[in-house]
Parts: sequence; C-alpha cells; structure tokens
Amino acid sequence: MRNPELTRSANPATKRAMGKDGFQFWLRHLRVLPLMGGLALAGCISVKAPDKPIVIELNINIKQEVVYRLAQDANNTIESNPDIF
Amino acid sequence: MTKVSMRKTLSTLAATGLLLGAAGSPGFAQSRDPAYAAARAAGQVGEKMDGYLGYVTPPAPALRAVVEDINIKRKAVYAEKAQANKATVEEYALTSGCLLIAQTKPGEKYQAPDGSWQTRGAGAPMRDSRCP
Repeated sequence: MRNPELTRSANPATKRAMGKDGFQFWLRHLRVLPLMGGLALAGCISVKAPDKPIVIELNINIKQEVVYRLAQDANNTIESNPDIF
Repeated sequence: MTKVSMRKTLSTLAATGLLLGAAGSPGFAQSRDPAYAAARAAGQVGEKMDGYLGYVTPPAPALRAVVEDINIKRKAVYAEKAQANKATVEEYALTSGCLLIAQTKPGEKYQAPDGSWQTRGAGAPMRDSRCP
C-alpha cells in the first residue's frame, strides 16, 4: 500500500544553506560529465577529404546546349567591348 | 603556309580588326583602364567562371572601384545581350566566362572549375565541362 504521507514531508521546510546546495549541484554535474563525454565521442562525425576534386557546380541549371548557342554572340560581344573585357 | 606569309596574314587581320574596331567604336575609350590592365598583368585580378572579374589578392580601394565598375558594365552588357538572345543573364555571363578564360594570356589568372585561382600556362586552361 502507498504511503499516505505527502511527498517529501521528511525534508525540512526551510531552504538549505546555499553553499552545500551549490556543492551538491556541481557534484551531480561532475558525475554526469563522463557520460556526456562518451555521448560526445559517439556523436562525432568523421570528415574525410574526398579523393576527387571538389567541383563547384556553377548554376547547374545552365545547359551545355545553351552555352553553345550563345558562344558566337558572346564572342562578338567581348570583341566589341575591349574596355571592359 | 610559310612563317612569313602567316605573319603577313596575321598583320593584315590585325589591321582589319583595328579598322573595324575604330569604325565601330562610338567613343575613344576603347581600351582597358590602365589600373585594370596592370592588375590583370600582375595577377591581382582574374577571370572568374561566372563571367566577371575576381580578386586573387585583396585589392586596394582604388583597384576595387575600377574592377567593380567593370563588373557592373559587364553585367549591363550581359543583360542586354541575354535579352536579345532569349537567354538569362547568368547563361550569357557563364558563356562569356568560358570564352574569357580561354582568351587569358599566359601569366594571367583564371578560376578553375574547383574554384581555385590558376595561372594561365601555355596550354589550354581548365574550364567548366559545359564550355564550348
């Protein structure tokens, strides 16, 4: 059968001295520290350098056929604007 | 073709080009800004894949102003020509970038497909796979 008493009734109603409380707080954290370290290690993502060179796909939507279609006109544009090219 | 006749042909072509250029130019400001030309030759600026100029080394404010001005003018030209060709500005700019990188002279800088700056050597430059 359940204890009919209110929860934590055995604890004093007054707050404990701050120093002791703070110490216990840190102690609790110290105990958790190795666990957290383990979790951090398990969660590590290893990044390997790819063996192929990284290629920036500059606007992947631009199709080769468009580039070929524009090439002649672009060449004329470059030739007729030598001050900015 | 012998070397001499080739040289003759080339000089004739160059002369024709000069005449055409002079006839077709609306003003006289038809050569590169000296600051831009010097920076380009020194490898401080290079041709990017996207059709604009980029900085290989951090530019002085004066050079930055010149290069930004050129890039704005380039964009205006790209936009006008792209519209005439029913293409996007980016498409036209990328196409121009292909050609501009191909036209770099040995010693000048250009951007390789991996984004790195390269110095143009005697051989063909590294270009985007879509380049003509």
